[in-house]
Amino acid sequence: MWLGGDPRLPEADRSSKILGPMRAEGAKGVAIAVVSTLVVFSLLLLVVVRSENWPAVRQAFFNGEEFRRSFPDIARKFGRNIEFFLIAEVFILALALVLAVMRSLPGSVFFPLRLMSIIYTDLFRGVPTILVVYLLGFGVPSLALPGVPSDAAFWAVVALILSYSAYVAEVYRAGIESVHPSQVAAARSLGLSRWQSLRFVVIPQAVRRVIPPLLNDFIGLQKDTALTAFVVAVPEAFKQAQIFQNADFNFTPLLAAALMFLLITVPMTRFVDWLVERERRKRQAGAAL
Amino acid sequence: MSEIAEGALRIEGLHKYFGKLEVLKGIDLAVAEHEVVCLIGASGSGKSTLLRCINLLEPVNAGRVLVHGEEITARGVDVNRIRRHIGIVFQAFNLFPHMSVLRNVTLAPTEALGLSKRDAEVLATDLLGRFGLADKKDEFPDRLSGGQQQRVAIVRALAMKPDIMLLDEVTSALDPELVSGVLDVIRELAESGMTMVIATHEMGFARDIANRVCFLDAGQILEEGTPEEIFTAPKEPRTQQFLQSILEAGRM
Repeated sequence: MWLGGDPRLPEADRSSKILGPMRAEGAKGVAIAVVSTLVVFSLLLLVVVRSENWPAVRQAFFNGEEFRRSFPDIARKFGRNIEFFLIAEVFILALALVLAVMRSLPGSVFFPLRLMSIIYTDLFRGVPTILVVYLLGFGVPSLALPGVPSDAAFWAVVALILSYSAYVAEVYRAGIESVHPSQVAAARSLGLSRWQSLRFVVIPQAVRRVIPPLLNDFIGLQKDTALTAFVVAVPEAFKQAQIFQNADFNFTPLLAAALMFLLITVPMTRFVDWLVERERRKRQAGAAL
Repeated sequence: MSEIAEGALRIEGLHKYFGKLEVLKGIDLAVAEHEVVCLIGASGSGKSTLLRCINLLEPVNAGRVLVHGEEITARGVDVNRIRRHIGIVFQAFNLFPHMSVLRNVTLAPTEALGLSKRDAEVLATDLLGRFGLADKKDEFPDRLSGGQQQRVAIVRALAMKPDIMLLDEVTSALDPELVSGVLDVIRELAESGMTMVIATHEMGFARDIANRVCFLDAGQILEEGTPEEIFTAPKEPRTQQFLQSILEAGRM
């Protein structure tokens, strides 16, 4: 199971933080780092900008005027991506927990439930998300079933939920399995039922341990809301960018959309790194007692 | 058949296998109300497994366990109900690390017995105070010493108001200087009349506290008697050998 870093590795191999080695050298180290960074990046920029083909690249990808024209619309449509993400995430967290609990039920009575959970995760982890989005987003509305929503966006979000639940269920399961059996023994020995032990003792500890990998899946989901672009009628950020791109024969709007995603995913990534690091330090402090 | 004649706990012909390995080979043991029975024997002799079978944490392969005359190993018995009356304390404490000391103690009374939160907290605070843990109730387990953690584990079991307490080498994971505090707590329990079955490596303690000592060897009770009989005049060569080795290790 992944819990953020391999505890078996020696300390030096794990300090992957960008600022890690610099801190030791103090103010002088920082100054050197700033200067060398400026030099390296300026040189790189110079090489790129002065190359023969730069004007053409700039015109197609980094067009200021095109950016100004497309960005406000794309940024507004990005609200839809966030909406899809938030709705999907709530259902994913719940459905995945049910799947993980189903799979961890012991005994032969629960074999059908375990089997169902296994088939589900195998299926949806094994199929490309875009395929599920296509299948549901185009497929279900085409049936025109009475009483069933015919909005492609609805089904695209359902597809994301189905697909990501399989991944998140595996993360939960890893967490549940990481809780030592002696914890369950202690809970059961006090007269708590199997369900109560799960609810009060196992799941809270399991969830706490898998928060960093869960957040990683959040980031993946946030990016994959762009997949809905292939089926939705009302555009989200990526589709809006495509519309601009097709109209203006320019790729800058796509980069504008990319920027919107980065604005969300980069801070989230840094946050996860920070959480993992904090968790690791806490564990080490605990081990030192 | 009166309950008094039945005693608190009776074990008849108990067999337990782990796969093909027979770890308990026909255990017979009766424990009277208010009696303290100490199980001694080498590691792997079956002491822990026996305690776990009494608590139904391990299913038994043959034989019966009766508590106050009720066969708890019978089919269809509600194990949760049975366990509420039998407290067990483990070698490794097994406190819930994500809960405060107070919540560790109140969890089972509120969820399994249906006590109100307030009543459970009064009960828990009272018990924690009695065992010198009053100021620790808001701490988390990993902030406590091993001895304190084990006392919390004992309090957690006591909060269910059990009829019988099973103690599974509760001092084996502790630093030597923390052992006496935990043993004092158990002594106090014995004096208050708690029926107990204690697996222990602390021979001096067993000698002090036990009404009866059972020597387990390879899954059988090889010899049992008063502490006096077992520790000063053991009959079986295996018992003599075991006690000799303990003596040489300076654990007596």
